[in-house]
Amino acid sequence: MDTMLHISTLHYLVLGAALFLLGVIGVLTRRNVVIVLMSIELILNAVNLNLVAFSHYWQGIQGPNALHGQVFAIFVITDAAAEAAVGLGILIAFFRNKETINVDEVNLLKW
Amino acid sequence: MQPIIDYIKSYLDSNQTPGGAGNVFWAFVYILLVFVGLSVAVIAMNWLERKILAHMQVRLGPMRVGPHGLLQPIADALKLLLKEDIIPAEADGLVFWIAPFIVVLAAFTVFVVVPFGPTHAITDMNIGILFMLGVSSLSVLGIVMAGWASNSHYPLIGALRSSAQMVSYEVAMGLAVVSAILMTSLNDSGTGTLSMIGIVQAQQAEGVWFVFKFFPLGLVAFFIFAIAMVAETNRAPFDLPEAESELTAGFHTEYSGFRWSLFFLAEYSAMIAVSSIAITLWLGGWLRPFPNWLSGSVWTLVFNLFPGITFLFLAGLCFYNVRRMPKHPYFKIQTMGLAGFGGLLGLIGLFLFVPAVFTRVQDIYWFSIKVAGFMYLYIWYRGTFPRYRFDQLMKVGWKVLLPTGLTVLVLTALAGFLDPYAYLEAWLKRLL
Amino acid sequence: MTPVATPFFFYLLSGTMLIGGILVITRKNAVHSALALIATLLAQAGIYLMLYAPFVAGVQIILYAGGIMVLFLFVIMLVNIERTQKERQFNKQWLVGVVAAGALGGLFIAIYTKGKGIFPDRVMPPSNLEASNVQQVGALLYGPGTGQYMFAFEIASLLLLVAIIGAVVMAKKRI
Repeated sequence: MDTMLHISTLHYLVLGAALFLLGVIGVLTRRNVVIVLMSIELILNAVNLNLVAFSHYWQGIQGPNALHGQVFAIFVITDAAAEAAVGLGILIAFFRNKETINVDEVNLLKW
Repeated sequence: MQPIIDYIKSYLDSNQTPGGAGNVFWAFVYILLVFVGLSVAVIAMNWLERKILAHMQVRLGPMRVGPHGLLQPIADALKLLLKEDIIPAEADGLVFWIAPFIVVLAAFTVFVVVPFGPTHAITDMNIGILFMLGVSSLSVLGIVMAGWASNSHYPLIGALRSSAQMVSYEVAMGLAVVSAILMTSLNDSGTGTLSMIGIVQAQQAEGVWFVFKFFPLGLVAFFIFAIAMVAETNRAPFDLPEAESELTAGFHTEYSGFRWSLFFLAEYSAMIAVSSIAITLWLGGWLRPFPNWLSGSVWTLVFNLFPGITFLFLAGLCFYNVRRMPKHPYFKIQTMGLAGFGGLLGLIGLFLFVPAVFTRVQDIYWFSIKVAGFMYLYIWYRGTFPRYRFDQLMKVGWKVLLPTGLTVLVLTALAGFLDPYAYLEAWLKRLL
Repeated sequence: MTPVATPFFFYLLSGTMLIGGILVITRKNAVHSALALIATLLAQAGIYLMLYAPFVAGVQIILYAGGIMVLFLFVIMLVNIERTQKERQFNKQWLVGVVAAGALGGLFIAIYTKGKGIFPDRVMPPSNLEASNVQQVGALLYGPGTGQYMFAFEIASLLLLVAIIGAVVMAKKRI
């Protein structure tokens, strides 16, 4: 009970791991491309949570300027934006060709 | 009982915002005050918009419901509350219900950091301006959901156009905001601040409102923000997504009764919120005009009397219109109502002449007067400008405001670094 | 300002995130998944605030919830086909996927139970951490003596330029 009430870094890491698992399940099992892309965003968010949790941990030890985790998290968010834009552009281009948004119908190599 | 009273009193001694002092009770009191003030402001805006627009169009506006239509907003609110709640048959129930909720939430949460005075904000976040821009961009989500959930093509096109417009003008707004934030870093330590109270204190420390700093640059940045904020709140002349002659009311076509009034409330609150951003960043927030040029105890007293004079002026307008009322017995109740309202305003004005009151109310008064000026500008734009076509709107946002914003940003950074006005003064001194 | 009721807020926000995550991967309707993801992202911004990272929280709200999710909703509305809601939602190898994710979960559990001693009790941070967070992040990014991430910043802006051009080229109509 005491472990559950005193929120330490481990709590945030476990939360990040749980989100990561949910994202991985979404990527591996869903057919709808947009939902796969949204699961990838979940994975990126789980990684960000880990980074910021560790930055908070090191701030307690090294002093208030150990913000490397937060800066890295900002860069990850920027990359996620770029990747979402490009991914959705590819999705639109493919949708115009084949009129489907299910990933397992994208099997043009299989005649 | 005593510890509770001590808790309540301990905030009054500390010189901080309730969020900074960690005092939950006073935070709730401030939140309630902001909520009530915002509702009163929206009601007043409703009446003012109809009357001022009418007078600009050489007609009278609502005159019947109360004296000079003063009770018209109450009649409107009653009608909207009692109207039948119609939901389209194929509409997505959950999304249809949640969309006005998100727009109102985004419009009201912004007011957590708006500074009415050096300690009169609900809290002072370190990321104040970033928080305001971010939360006001959440209202785009609500609009997109409203248009999609209505399951009909007019709202869908209206929602897509409206959200494309809002997202485009957010870029220009962000650039203008950054060039104002750059000006806060011209102090000794060389670090600026994103906190709203810190920005106004930087204007106080540098002795000049940012709209007049580095002469044309602050002004151009302010104009970019002033145009972008009108487009951001979907108001004329950028109101194609909700124009009645074009799209039958756009994304809120299928909403009726109370749900529509939530959109309406959110639109006016968003107008007040972005005006607050403009006032805090460029027009000096709660600072009175000419603090250095017209300083001294006499001028301070004159400016301190402005709140009372404003209310007495409004009371005078009421009594003048009482004299102009028709002398027919059917108008007796309206005349008495108007005289009573004028009396109330006069009493408030006289109350504001008490020195203990006007020193406390100064900051809030100057902030509110500037917001009122911006609201008048919004109504003036609606009565004057023709509507932009959608492609012209996007062209202005991306091809005119964005390059201008970037140029102003680079020039402001250069000016802050090189300080051209100091060189100019030194050169003129050597010359003369 | 001392933190108050930390376990309550942590469990509330993390519960919202986990429920939102489960809703994202199980809803038939893509718009409902997007709404659940918005709830998850906003709860995550709250957790960032608890971790004394207000700037990252602000960036999360503006970029993720206010930008990326609007993009997702636009594209969902453009490619929304009614028939996909009546088809199968999970693909043929869902069992293998769940087993693989379960193995990964087992790995995480093994790491976090065996390695509990590596993360000792969080040292209480000094209380004014949030009053200067933006300035410190700025110092780390651009500061004259301490700025280490300036090059990464420039590369990130180049990346965004490439992404803009790429997305426009791929999504526009054929000439």
